[in-house]
Amino acid sequence: MGGLAATFVIVAAFGALVNSTIEFVAYRRLRNAPRLAVLITAVGMSFIVENISLGIYDVNAHSIPPLISSANIFTIGGVHYSWDAFFVILVTAPVLVLLTWLVKSTRQGKSMRATSQDPEAAAIMGIDVNRTISFAFALAGALAGVGAVLFLVEFNIRYDTGFQLGLIAFTAAVLGGIGNLSGAVVGALLIGLIQAFNEGLSWFAPGSDWTRSLVFAILIAILVFRPEGLLGERTPEGA
Amino acid sequence: MAEWRRIPPRYRGWVPLLVAVPLAVTYPFYVTGLPTNIPVILTLPTVHDSVTILVFVVMAVGLNVVVGYAGLLDLGYVAFYAIGAYTAGWLASGQFQQINFHFGAVGVNSSETGIHISVWLVLLLAGVVTAIGGILIGLPTLRLRGDYLAIVTLGFGEIIPQFVRNGDDLHGFDLTHGTFGISPIDAPGFGQTLHNAVGLPVRYDNSFPPTPDRLFFWTVLGILLLTVFCSMRLRDSRLGRAWIAIREDETAAGAMGIPLMRTKTWAYAIGAFFGGIAGAYVATFNSGAFPSQFDFNISIFLLCMVILGGMGSIWGVVLAGTILAWLNVEGLANIGSWLNSNVFPSSHQIDVPKYEFGIYGIIIVLMMLFRPIGLIPERRRKREIEEGSLGPLDEPLYEMRGADEPGAGERGESERIPRG
Repeated sequence: MGGLAATFVIVAAFGALVNSTIEFVAYRRLRNAPRLAVLITAVGMSFIVENISLGIYDVNAHSIPPLISSANIFTIGGVHYSWDAFFVILVTAPVLVLLTWLVKSTRQGKSMRATSQDPEAAAIMGIDVNRTISFAFALAGALAGVGAVLFLVEFNIRYDTGFQLGLIAFTAAVLGGIGNLSGAVVGALLIGLIQAFNEGLSWFAPGSDWTRSLVFAILIAILVFRPEGLLGERTPEGA
Repeated sequence: MAEWRRIPPRYRGWVPLLVAVPLAVTYPFYVTGLPTNIPVILTLPTVHDSVTILVFVVMAVGLNVVVGYAGLLDLGYVAFYAIGAYTAGWLASGQFQQINFHFGAVGVNSSETGIHISVWLVLLLAGVVTAIGGILIGLPTLRLRGDYLAIVTLGFGEIIPQFVRNGDDLHGFDLTHGTFGISPIDAPGFGQTLHNAVGLPVRYDNSFPPTPDRLFFWTVLGILLLTVFCSMRLRDSRLGRAWIAIREDETAAGAMGIPLMRTKTWAYAIGAFFGGIAGAYVATFNSGAFPSQFDFNISIFLLCMVILGGMGSIWGVVLAGTILAWLNVEGLANIGSWLNSNVFPSSHQIDVPKYEFGIYGIIIVLMMLFRPIGLIPERRRKREIEEGSLGPLDEPLYEMRGADEPGAGERGESERIPRG
C-alpha cells in the first residue's frame, strides 16, 4: 500500500509541477491577449509535451507492473467485478469530495471562482490572480496525474494516449456541465457507459470502429442543444 | 536602394510578386540544374513535391479566411480536405460500379463503369460540395464561442476521417472503400479538340514529357494565384470587413448590425470551398483518396502555417505555407540527414522528421508568445495587437487608425469602416 500511495503522490506532484510550469512559461504572458491566442498556444503546447514523451518513450506502448490485484470481488452470472475496477471508484469518490470541499468551502476555492468570473474585479478585491491561476493549473495537473495512474492500472499507455483521453475528458466535462464537479463525474460515467455499450453490444450498436465518432457526435449535440450540460448552469460562453 | 525609392509606395507591394511569379512559373525548367548539396537544406523540392507543397499552401490560404479574417479557431480543417478528395473520388472514378455516367472526362473509355465527370468540373463541384459541408458543420456550431468552437471543429475533424475509413459497409453499401481508399481517380486534361486547336495537353499523363508533374505544377500554381486573388478581394469586400469586425469584437460587430451567424457561416463556407478544391486536386494528382491522408495533425499543420505567416496576412501565409509544407514533404528529412552527418556524432543520431509536430508546436508557441503578428503581419492585425499590449482601448478604434497612419487615406482606409 505504501508504494501505491507514493506512486500517486509522486505522479500527482509531477503533474502539478508540469502544468503550472506550462502556465508560467506560456499562458501567463498571454493573460491580456485575445482568447484565440491562448487557445492556439495551448494546442502548440500539447504537441510539444507529446513530442517530449515521444523522445523519451518512443512510439511503443508501455505498461506498469500490476499495482492492484485483478482478482474478482464477486461474480454474477458471467459478469466479473475485480478489485482493480473497484479501485477506480475507491480513488474517485474521495477525490471528488475533497475537490468539492476545496472549491466550495476554502478561501483558495473562493478566489478561484472569483477569478474565473472576473479576474479584474478579483484583483481589486485583493486576490492574487496569478497565484490563484497557478494553483488551478497545479490542481488540474495533479488530478490528471491521478487519472493517469488509474488508467495505467488497467491499460497500456503510449506517448499520444493523452490526446484522445483529454478529448474524451473534455466531452465528459461538457456533458456534465463545465464548472460542475459532480457533473463531470456523471458525464464521464455516461461517456464510459456509452463507449462500453457501443463496443460490447453486438446488436443495434455501430461497434468499436465508430466509438470516436459517437463520442464527438454526443459532444456536438450537447454543445448545440444544451450547452450548459446536464447538471450545469448557463454560461456566457455557451449559448 | 535608390531605385527602390523611385517606385511609388503604392506599387512597392507588387514588386516581390512580379519577381516571385515568373520564378515560380519557370521553376520546372531550372530546378534540375540546381545544386544538390546546398548546406543544411541539401536540395530544393522536385516538381512532384512542389505540387503537394502548393496544394498545402492553397489550403492554408483557405484556413486563413476562417482563422485569420473571421477569428474562428478551426481545428478540423482536415475534414474539408477529406470531403473534397472524396467528392473527386466519387465523381471521377470507377467507385460506383452500378452506374455508368460520363461527362466530359478525357482519356476514359466510355465503357468503363462508374461516374466520370471532367476533372475541371469536379474541382468546382468538390469546392461547392465542401462549402455546403462547411455550412452544415457551421450552422449548429457557430453560435458557440472560442474554446467550444475549437473543440467542436476538432470533433468534426475526427469524425469525417473515421467516417471515410469505415464507410465501406454502410448497410452493405460501399461508399468510401474503407482503408483502401478510392483509386484510381481520373486525371485532368483538355481533350482532343482543344489539343488540336490550341495545343493544350489532352490528358495529364505520361504522354507529356518528361512527366505530367509539370502540368500539375502549373495548374496548382494557377489555382493558388486564383485563391490568393479571391482571398484578397474578399478581405477588402463588405463581407471581409464584417469578418474582421467580428474578429475584433463580436459583440460590437453585432451591435453595429452585422448578421453574426450569416457572416461567420460565410467564412466557413468559403474556407471550406478552398479546402475542397485542394482536396479534390490532391486526389486527382495522386490518383486516389486514402483515409490515412486525413489525420488530425494536418489541421494543426495548416494552423501552424497561418500562425507563422501572420493571421489574416495572405502573403505571410503563402510564405510560411511554402516553408512548412516543404519541411513536411522533404525539408525535415534533408535537414535531419545534414545534421546527422555534420553536427551530431554518429553515436547520437536524431530522427528529425519524427519530431515534426513537436517542431510545429514549438513554432506555434514561440510565435504566439513573441511575434503574434506573424512573419509578414497584416497591417490591421499589427495595430490591433499593438493596441492590445498597450492596455485597454480608451479611444474609438477606427478614427484612431485612419487618422495618423501615413498613406492610409490613399487606399481609402477611412472609407472602409463597416457600415453595418
